[in-house]
Amino acid sequence: MSRAEAAPRVRRSHWLLSTIAGATMVFLYLPLVAVAAMSVNAARFGVAWKGFSLRWYAQLLHNQVVLQAALNTLILAAVSTAISTVLGTLLAIGLERFPWPRWMRRIVDAVVYVPVVTPDIVFAVGMLLAFEAVRQAMGGLRLGLATMIVAHVTFQISFVALVVGSRLATLGRSVEEAARDLYADTWHSLRTITLPLIAPGIVAGAMLAFTLSLDDFVISFFTSGPSSVTLPLYIYGSLRRGVSPDIHALSTIVFLVTVTLVLGLQLFTRSPKEE
Amino acid sequence: MERQYDLSGVAAPALGALASAGDAATLQLERGAAKGVVVAGERTLADDDSAGCDLAVNGVTKRFGPVTALDDVSLKVRSGEFVTLLGPSGCGKTTLLRIVAGLELADHGRVAVGGADVTRIPANRRPVNTVFQNYALFPHLNVYENIAYGLRARKFPAPEVDRRVGEVLEMLHLEEMPKRRITQLSGGQKQRVALARALVNHPDVLLLDEPMSALDAKLRAEVQLELRRLQRQLGKTFILVTHDQNEAMTVSDRIFVMREARIVQSGPPAEVYDRPANRFVAEFLGTTNLINAWRTNGTVHTELGNLVPRAHPQWEKGFLSIRPEQIIVRSAKPSSNGIRAIISEVIYRGDHLDVYVQPGNLHVRGLPRAGMKPGEQIWLELPARQLEALGE
Repeated sequence: MSRAEAAPRVRRSHWLLSTIAGATMVFLYLPLVAVAAMSVNAARFGVAWKGFSLRWYAQLLHNQVVLQAALNTLILAAVSTAISTVLGTLLAIGLERFPWPRWMRRIVDAVVYVPVVTPDIVFAVGMLLAFEAVRQAMGGLRLGLATMIVAHVTFQISFVALVVGSRLATLGRSVEEAARDLYADTWHSLRTITLPLIAPGIVAGAMLAFTLSLDDFVISFFTSGPSSVTLPLYIYGSLRRGVSPDIHALSTIVFLVTVTLVLGLQLFTRSPKEE
Repeated sequence: MERQYDLSGVAAPALGALASAGDAATLQLERGAAKGVVVAGERTLADDDSAGCDLAVNGVTKRFGPVTALDDVSLKVRSGEFVTLLGPSGCGKTTLLRIVAGLELADHGRVAVGGADVTRIPANRRPVNTVFQNYALFPHLNVYENIAYGLRARKFPAPEVDRRVGEVLEMLHLEEMPKRRITQLSGGQKQRVALARALVNHPDVLLLDEPMSALDAKLRAEVQLELRRLQRQLGKTFILVTHDQNEAMTVSDRIFVMREARIVQSGPPAEVYDRPANRFVAEFLGTTNLINAWRTNGTVHTELGNLVPRAHPQWEKGFLSIRPEQIIVRSAKPSSNGIRAIISEVIYRGDHLDVYVQPGNLHVRGLPRAGMKPGEQIWLELPARQLEALGE
């Protein structure tokens, strides 16, 4: 068959294909759009449109419980991200640069991957058990922001290590070898070559960790105390008392912040060659 | 001018072992081992007293799992010499270079630079620098900072850094671009920056790991000549790794041909080319005609008739080798080693002809004006002094 005959066939897409694609998009985004639309609906009850209004957003600003939950969420996300970024980066450097024997490398890789694929609920129950064991052994441990930070750091480390690790793998060892050949000891080479070059990976890992902490529900639910309610926990709690429009507003804000972070993340995870 | 060295941290056992060996040896060790040291003074690269240190590799073996990369390899390089490690990929040449640089540790054997044992000294304390295959420039630093890296790592005072970097920038025609980013450079410029970054440290031995493999053919030929000139001018010891036999012939004082983790032959380019040690070397360097041969008593037989090689072979069965340009075309039967042949193909190459003849499908180089045509009958002489008897 000649090229001239083949070309139009390839370009034309089947109507079924575009329909399925369209339906998928609707399925994915309709709930989000609905929540956003309801958050600016003036109606207090029901889903009937009563005109545009930002009163639910204004109302959030006067709700002390919501503001405290937002503050808790940010403290939890910021502190756990800071700790897990440092630990995860160190872990990634150790994994990528230590001369592991091949069989051991596979085991160590698996150890890092397992927390990523472990169901949150299993992880959460495990954390709860661990805290209980510590409490029994040493006493004085109360569930609260501190235990939530520990729990979040624990699952964030793996994500940070994976993101930073892939950046390290792309970077390769040659520039570090060049630094060593040019009289740099390990610390000097780490400070002047490795860290600056993997910085985008570290930032991306930190943003991922921050995002995960921000919208985590299951692990927070198990490890929080009465005084450490975060936004996802608050939203869940309010829903049990019935859906109210200010929850839509809150959900929309959380969604927008998360999306912004994820988009920011993509800017930093491009491979070094694209930059 | 005196140099001061700080020997703190330099392999203490090595020092102890040499304590009884006299002042000369200790001096050598200082020169060889001192690294990570501020060396003040207004010496320029060209009159650096460390210009040209010799290198000795003794019985080095290196295995990577089941693969033997180097098998009991020894070599000596004289100071100020330009040598090439030549061989196909996987022959161990790069591993040998990395062991000299300190980027790999040998399983067995020793490495000495300028008489000082550096076998256990880490790369960042060895008086050698490397030009890496893909340059391994630091992409987040500009040209100046790339070149200054080794000096800054050793905490040279700023004016000294500036002076030395300026010197190599000028020497390598990079004066215009100290502020350029690495990504803005062409391949040839990157290569010169990599060279400058190594040379600015005044290494005792400069190692070059296929530094021209990323350049196009024309530029490569220019850079080869420039490298040769630079090495002559500096009088430094250069060790180049390459799989390109032309490159090896162009730049080297001596070539070490490697194959399967061993050095199979070493010598000046002409010697390795004219007197290959075996079939592998003959085929790897340039083109050659290989003729199956066997020996009975004092006579060497081939399918082209009995031939007399330069030296009488030790083998029962082997090869005779002669380069295409060494076969002489005659109009009459030569007195010895003559072959009656028919031209099967003539390829015009501009400056010469590639002529293929039967029997034996021998490859002969001719002059364009020789006017040879396919089908024509000619006499060939395979001069005994250039007909080598080779084993596998």
